[in-house]
Amino acid sequence: MRNVGIDIGSRTIELIVVEGGEVIESKQADSGFDPMTQAGALLEGVGYDHITATGYGRHLFELALDVPTVTEIKAYAVGANALFPDVQTILDIGGQDSKAISLNGSGKVAKFEMNDRCAAGTGKFLEIMAHTLGYSLDQFGVGALEAKNGMQISSMCTVFAESEVTSLVARGEDRRDIALGLHRSVVQRALSMLKRVTVKEPILFAGGVARNPCIRLLLEETLGANILVPENPQMVGALGAAILGGKSG
Amino acid sequence: MSEDYRGMWENLGLDLVAHDALLEVLGTGYGDIYLAQNDRPEGMGYFDFVMSEVHGLRIKELMDEKAAGRKVIGSFCVFVPEEIVRATDATLVGLCTGADFATDEVETLLPRNTCALIKSAFGFKLGKACPYLESADMIVGENTCDGKKKSYEIFNELVPNLYVMDLPQVKSVEGRALLKAEYLRFKEAVEQLTGVTIDAERLKSGIEIVNNKRKAIHRLTGLRKADPVPISGLDALLANQISFYDDPVRFTESVNKMCDELEQRIEKKEGVFSEKTPRILISGCPMAVPNWKLPWIIETSGAVIVGEESCVGERGARNLTDDSRDTVEELMEAIVDRYFQVDCAIFTPNPDRLEHIVEMARHYKADGVIHYGLQFCQPYLMEAMPVEKALEEKNIPTLRIDTDYSMEDVGQLKTRVEAFIELIK
Repeated sequence: MRNVGIDIGSRTIELIVVEGGEVIESKQADSGFDPMTQAGALLEGVGYDHITATGYGRHLFELALDVPTVTEIKAYAVGANALFPDVQTILDIGGQDSKAISLNGSGKVAKFEMNDRCAAGTGKFLEIMAHTLGYSLDQFGVGALEAKNGMQISSMCTVFAESEVTSLVARGEDRRDIALGLHRSVVQRALSMLKRVTVKEPILFAGGVARNPCIRLLLEETLGANILVPENPQMVGALGAAILGGKSG
Repeated sequence: MSEDYRGMWENLGLDLVAHDALLEVLGTGYGDIYLAQNDRPEGMGYFDFVMSEVHGLRIKELMDEKAAGRKVIGSFCVFVPEEIVRATDATLVGLCTGADFATDEVETLLPRNTCALIKSAFGFKLGKACPYLESADMIVGENTCDGKKKSYEIFNELVPNLYVMDLPQVKSVEGRALLKAEYLRFKEAVEQLTGVTIDAERLKSGIEIVNNKRKAIHRLTGLRKADPVPISGLDALLANQISFYDDPVRFTESVNKMCDELEQRIEKKEGVFSEKTPRILISGCPMAVPNWKLPWIIETSGAVIVGEESCVGERGARNLTDDSRDTVEELMEAIVDRYFQVDCAIFTPNPDRLEHIVEMARHYKADGVIHYGLQFCQPYLMEAMPVEKALEEKNIPTLRIDTDYSMEDVGQLKTRVEAFIELIK
């Protein structure tokens, strides 16, 4: 049985093919302004028995192809459980939203929290701040790790934070210190969300922001715990959807 | 609308262009959300008709009442005792508060971070689009939350006939004394407005009319215990919403008639959703017409709503007024007793509400509770976290939603609601 999971996120689309419990193929593309076309291109030439869609674009996909869907929350739970069977807590920070999920003993979602309508504390926030400070997204976390003294950034709103950063730059502050301050504010927000669902180890960190080494380190420091990061942290949702094998949530 | 009401609306001072635009949005929304549902009870036809004439025929009826010398009183809250209004043959109507309207003008008078319900009340006044408000001979504001009581100071500048009722915030002997004093003062004000002196017979008759309406709503809510559920949460909410506008006697008859049909449905195991559909109880802020956003998301995501712990729902309709006494004084005491039990979040502390949520979750066999809080509504948002904690301790899954009347967060809400339904399945 060959099953496909596709995670149509706000920034990227991931596709995974699972056969006999093994991942045999995985692909990724930017969502762009026309995610359905992008998703269609990813699917081209991929044969499968069942497909399940997740991510914010799942319903568009459902309408276009009449496929079952599952929310990102359940998809992440299933995917995380497959990668690390003991996992108790999941933090997912994606391009436009972030979520904290606690699992019960059997790997099912016990409780979850999700950011509301604004993109504060998500990948989009980091992306805009990196740009404001002249970093590439890849180097942003690395730069922040070089800071001597992190600045205090009080705004979580992307628009306000950008003006705050601009005024810090104008004051002649080292951009690495500003970068660290921004990373800390993202971690603070993630922590308050995690605490609302209870933080139990092992903790899995997934989503595009899990690629950021500074966020990972700060999370471990403040939680006083090791966090697990999958080899490809953006693929957890697609994996979960593939494992569901054509069943909806 | 089956008749041309433009002259009537013009006489009421409505802004016809803005009002047309409102009716169009309302009509489209109603079609997409209500008429798109499957297997609705036939009895909902009555409520569809009332909704289609909510600014038309119903307003004409109110104008006819006024022409016959009877009064119309508008209210924003379930603490305004309808029994007293009815005792003078006046009509109590709920005022428009369920949609964003003329927000740019509202924000010249109120801070942006005011809850959507208060902003809406102002928007309908400033935008001249609520015929209920314009036809009211008296508008009752009530000191519930800080937002409402401070905003009435400003609302008073916009309308010539605002009457502000004070309300207690603590369920103490002194709190009850305040409520009683305020209800006696209200009775006098209504008597003065209408020129009718309320005697025991009139008050008893007012109590009977309102109790009958409540009994019909209780009957309807009781039928939602069945699985499959014979009526959608959206439709039951609509009946509750219409109870604030419609003629109470006709409303009572229509609800009872629909309940006969629902009983037959239950007997035949017919429902609007299949058996074992996940069942959700909504708890929190009131949902006034046309605020159907969250129920619509829930019921198009694979669950059914089996109850509303809300002012437009069980909090508003719970408990009858004892009509067994014979003097005005005793009947007024009974009215105070009945309303003093309302477990609004303005009370501190407010343990009754929590008990009622748990009781309702069990009674209606809910698989989970969705707590609905309007953004910037401090009383309900403050209670949301303790409510969530207490329900989870009793193993009742709970989802907290903070939202407003705008549609911009529908995608995120849908993800949350769907994930919650996956969790309780």
